[in-house]
Amino acid sequence: MSEISNQLESLSYKAQQIANEASQLASSVAETSGGHSDFIIFGITVLVLACFVGYYVVWSVTPALHSPLMGVTNAISSVIIVGALLAAGPVDSNISKYFGLVAVTLAAVNIFGGFVVTNRMLSMFKKKQ
Amino acid sequence: MSSLTTAAYLVSSVLFILSLRGLSHPSTARRGNFLGILGMTIAIVTTLSNPGVLSYKEIGIAFLIGGLIGTSIAVKIQMTALPQLVAAFHSLVGLAAVFVAASAYYNPSAFNIGTVGSIPMGSLIEMSIGTAIGAVTFTGSIIAFGKLQGFVSGNPLVFKGQHFINLLLGLGIIALIVKFCIDQNQELFWLIVFASFVIGVLLIVPIGGADMPVIVSMLNSYSGWAAAGIGFTLSNNLLIITGALVGSSGAILSYIMCKGMNRSFLNVLLGGFGGEQAASAGGVKDDRQAKQGNAADAAFMMKNSKTIIIVPGYGMAVAQAQHALREMGDLLKAAGAEVRYAIHPVAGRMPGHMNVLLAEANVPYDEVLELDEINRDFSETDVAFVIGANDVTNPAAKTDKTSAIYGMPILDVENAGQVFFVKRGMASGYAGVQNELFFRDNTLMLFGDAKKVCEDIIKGLEN
Repeated sequence: MSEISNQLESLSYKAQQIANEASQLASSVAETSGGHSDFIIFGITVLVLACFVGYYVVWSVTPALHSPLMGVTNAISSVIIVGALLAAGPVDSNISKYFGLVAVTLAAVNIFGGFVVTNRMLSMFKKKQ
Repeated sequence: MSSLTTAAYLVSSVLFILSLRGLSHPSTARRGNFLGILGMTIAIVTTLSNPGVLSYKEIGIAFLIGGLIGTSIAVKIQMTALPQLVAAFHSLVGLAAVFVAASAYYNPSAFNIGTVGSIPMGSLIEMSIGTAIGAVTFTGSIIAFGKLQGFVSGNPLVFKGQHFINLLLGLGIIALIVKFCIDQNQELFWLIVFASFVIGVLLIVPIGGADMPVIVSMLNSYSGWAAAGIGFTLSNNLLIITGALVGSSGAILSYIMCKGMNRSFLNVLLGGFGGEQAASAGGVKDDRQAKQGNAADAAFMMKNSKTIIIVPGYGMAVAQAQHALREMGDLLKAAGAEVRYAIHPVAGRMPGHMNVLLAEANVPYDEVLELDEINRDFSETDVAFVIGANDVTNPAAKTDKTSAIYGMPILDVENAGQVFFVKRGMASGYAGVQNELFFRDNTLMLFGDAKKVCEDIIKGLEN
């Protein structure tokens, strides 16, 4: 009985050791990759699935509205403003922040321009009276 | 990223998808555009509430300046100038992507990707690829804009060894990216940007003006991939999803345009098609005389017809003839004719360009039909009225295997009882191919400016 409990103890000790090593390894991997390694695969998954969604959604767009489609896609591709805002966010002024502010301005031109011109186009499409 | 932020970004991704979905029919399209605006608002507000974003004042000013510029351009722009506007907007997305990537390089901690000089490899790869695509989009779109606006000659600019230089540059950029990912050197970063700027110019200069629908769509696609690339750098799914949507949208539009010309995407990209070169090579001198008519004849004949199909092309846009054309159509309808419009997939300088111009002139969208919807009806139609289109009606595409446009789907206007061709002169179209239709018995040429001809016909109809 005591033998078994001894064995059990040594086993659990070994298990503990392995777990420690594994967590060390994991944290060192996370350090070298900046906690990023998981995201690449995850991001690619999202990208591929989104391409399929895009494929089916865009084929269902009527050819008559292909110009407005370009207007909308142009506006929503300016969602990179998310990155621009993060770059422009910090209080202290440095070159990175200025780059961010320029990007915010450029993206804003696109967002407003894209949505407004699309709205103008779409407001002209009328049915027969 | 907190789970609330992630959820908000997910909501805005879904709204973007629904916004494109709304474009499946004109009746739901405006709601779609509104959903897009809503999605963008959620994305921006969510990002502003990020604890790292503090400089609201500067951001507000930058946003306001951009917003004012964008709105005032979009409100003023003429609908005929849409293609160049879209090209110009694409260039801004590309440039913004370059700036975001540069900013991430100089201050990686704002994006949670390590510190200066020790950015993880994965982020470096994504950053440099995003930068390269963004930079190519920027200069490529500027050249496309120039060609559409007329700043740069619309003729293809080809020189010897062009594709070889592009290949070398492309390989050079890949080498620079590899080196950059190892060294994280700032000169290398800017070299990537510079080389991508150059290749962006070189890729677009050999492409002729009338191939611009493909190019504008392709650059649309690039701007999406640039956004997706930045999405990887930021580990942000919203950017990846939106980038993929835009990327696939542009790619599908390019595919539709290529199919409309029966040319492969590669053939368009390699360039050199159309313009003066093709015109001199393919424009065999023709001694045959085309029958010439005048506006009064056309007015008389159309007044007495029951069914009329109007085929508009880029020439209508150039002459700003859409309003006069609609007025002519209204008078014919009042005289008892059925008037419809037939749109070829590659008519105009961007996908769907003709539909927008006709909508602008108050033509109801249910009178405007696509090639496969209306093509059979030409044989039961009294009059086909071709205005500013040429190659897309050329029957040689069906019969002449040696023709540059062989295999291209065309509108079968030759089957109509009578064909009117509004053209400025006898010059051949973009593909440099003579149109057999001009010499048919049932064809009458109406020479002159498209708008002027329409106005003259209107006068004839009113008398």
